[in-house]
Amino acid sequence: MIEGIIVEGLIYGILALGVFITFRVLDFPDLTVDGTFPMGAAVMAICLTGGMNMGLALIVSFLCGFAAGTVTAVIHNKLGVPGLLAGILTMTMLWSVNIRILGGRANLPLLRTNTILTRVEDLFGSIAGETAALLVFFIVVVLVIKLLLDLFFHTDLGLTMGAMGDNEQMVISQGVNPEMVKIIGVGLSNGLVAVSGAFAAQYQGFADVNLGQGIVVSGLAMVMLGEFLFSSNKIGLLTTRVILGAIIYKAIMFFGRYYGYYINLTPNDLKLITGVLIIVCLVVTKYRTKSFKFRRPGK
Amino acid sequence: MIKLEKINMIFGEGTVNHNHVLKDVDLKINRGDFITIIGSNGAGKTTLYNVISGNKKPTAGRVIINDKDVTSHPEYRRAKYIGRIFQDPLLGTAGNMSIIDNMQVSGKKGFKGLKISLNKAKRDYFRGQLERLDMELEQRMNDNVGMLSGGQRQALTLLMMSLSRPELVLLDEHTAALDPRNAGKVLELTSRFIQEYNFTVMMITHNMQQAIDYGNRLIMMDEGRIIIDISGKEKQNLTVERLVKKFHDIRKKEFTSDEALLS
Repeated sequence: MIEGIIVEGLIYGILALGVFITFRVLDFPDLTVDGTFPMGAAVMAICLTGGMNMGLALIVSFLCGFAAGTVTAVIHNKLGVPGLLAGILTMTMLWSVNIRILGGRANLPLLRTNTILTRVEDLFGSIAGETAALLVFFIVVVLVIKLLLDLFFHTDLGLTMGAMGDNEQMVISQGVNPEMVKIIGVGLSNGLVAVSGAFAAQYQGFADVNLGQGIVVSGLAMVMLGEFLFSSNKIGLLTTRVILGAIIYKAIMFFGRYYGYYINLTPNDLKLITGVLIIVCLVVTKYRTKSFKFRRPGK
Repeated sequence: MIKLEKINMIFGEGTVNHNHVLKDVDLKINRGDFITIIGSNGAGKTTLYNVISGNKKPTAGRVIINDKDVTSHPEYRRAKYIGRIFQDPLLGTAGNMSIIDNMQVSGKKGFKGLKISLNKAKRDYFRGQLERLDMELEQRMNDNVGMLSGGQRQALTLLMMSLSRPELVLLDEHTAALDPRNAGKVLELTSRFIQEYNFTVMMITHNMQQAIDYGNRLIMMDEGRIIIDISGKEKQNLTVERLVKKFHDIRKKEFTSDEALLS
């Protein structure tokens, strides 16, 4: 049970890292995520059933997510549309695109397909058991992504992106095109979200175009839960916090599913719980602003 | 070096809010000039800055930097030549980042790549530069800028701007939002850096005495026009009384901004 929670937490932790980049670093509330998460799942599923190299399939998923994010950023930049609306536009369009990707279907099962996860289970399952093998695999994957992201935010471009969400004028004053920074940031974020979707599809054994419904809210809840753990301005700790938040979120959802029936909760109520969770986070943060004054990250 | 030719700026053209903010403004800024700009509220001083920096595109007229017509270049492209400091101390730095990261971002103008260039040597260099501010910021290099006072933030902005060596410095009442002690300190740092780096400077101020004390050239704006532009000997011998009289002779009205006279 606990392994399951952590594995799910790690898979969605990648999503949460993506949401963290847009909502916290860039201060760009990007709803494209609801479309790129199932997009990553769809691309991965169709590539795997088509027999493509698994690593390559993952990279293709990332690039598709990146491209979708770019569309949102360009709509926002070039047409002067608010970020929220630009995200909703792309997200809505992606629903149709995702069905196209899946070959006119809304759903594609992966139960008989070889995936990265079945490969991991085959290779290491005999040593430590399948659950443990998956757990170790995802710890490594998420750690690599996290470290790469930390590294990125130490580069000159990464630092500039950090300044962007706080002070766009400063970025302009440094002779940097803010539109370019947004395109790269929103693209990167959605690329990560697509990778998260790709792993989620393999883990659940199917890709579905409705996989992403409300996922951005879950991602935001994960980020906010993480922010309760500790405050810092070091990017390494900030990304760690996000991943821990994702695991905590998945644990809460797990207990909601399993013990919720005592108070008549059904799985259909989980979205309500997520929303309430965010509101509680906001309320608590509001009344703790003193100790959380420097809560907003972005280094 | 920088030339403005027949700049006109009209907001809300053809509507009831029609507002002709800049009227046929011609201005030639020579290398090494230190121009102080004075004028009452609504005279068009900040709009003039916006036109020079590229934040606003003029309705008509041309902006020329180094013989190149940059009228249609966006602000971020012109920022390579121009360092602007705003009245609001929050606009020059990112509050959620450490001092050192802020300095790194502003260390070099232009697009930033995937290089990690913040190394030990750079840190030492930034520390040395911070020591010059004499605010003990060198001991707080890893603290977020959001924890600094307005004066410290503005001094840091000034330092960061200086290190990027812009060709033209635009100061937009950059001490007006600070308390008198900090304002004096930032102003002192300003004139020190200007001398040291031989910057070409434009400085908007509300304070007439300040406009007279600083710089080698003085511009007074009124109702969207440059009405006084004096430099050299005449500027050196200028007093507040002479300036007010000159304004009166030209515009045939009293200079009304009490604040400028009294402060």
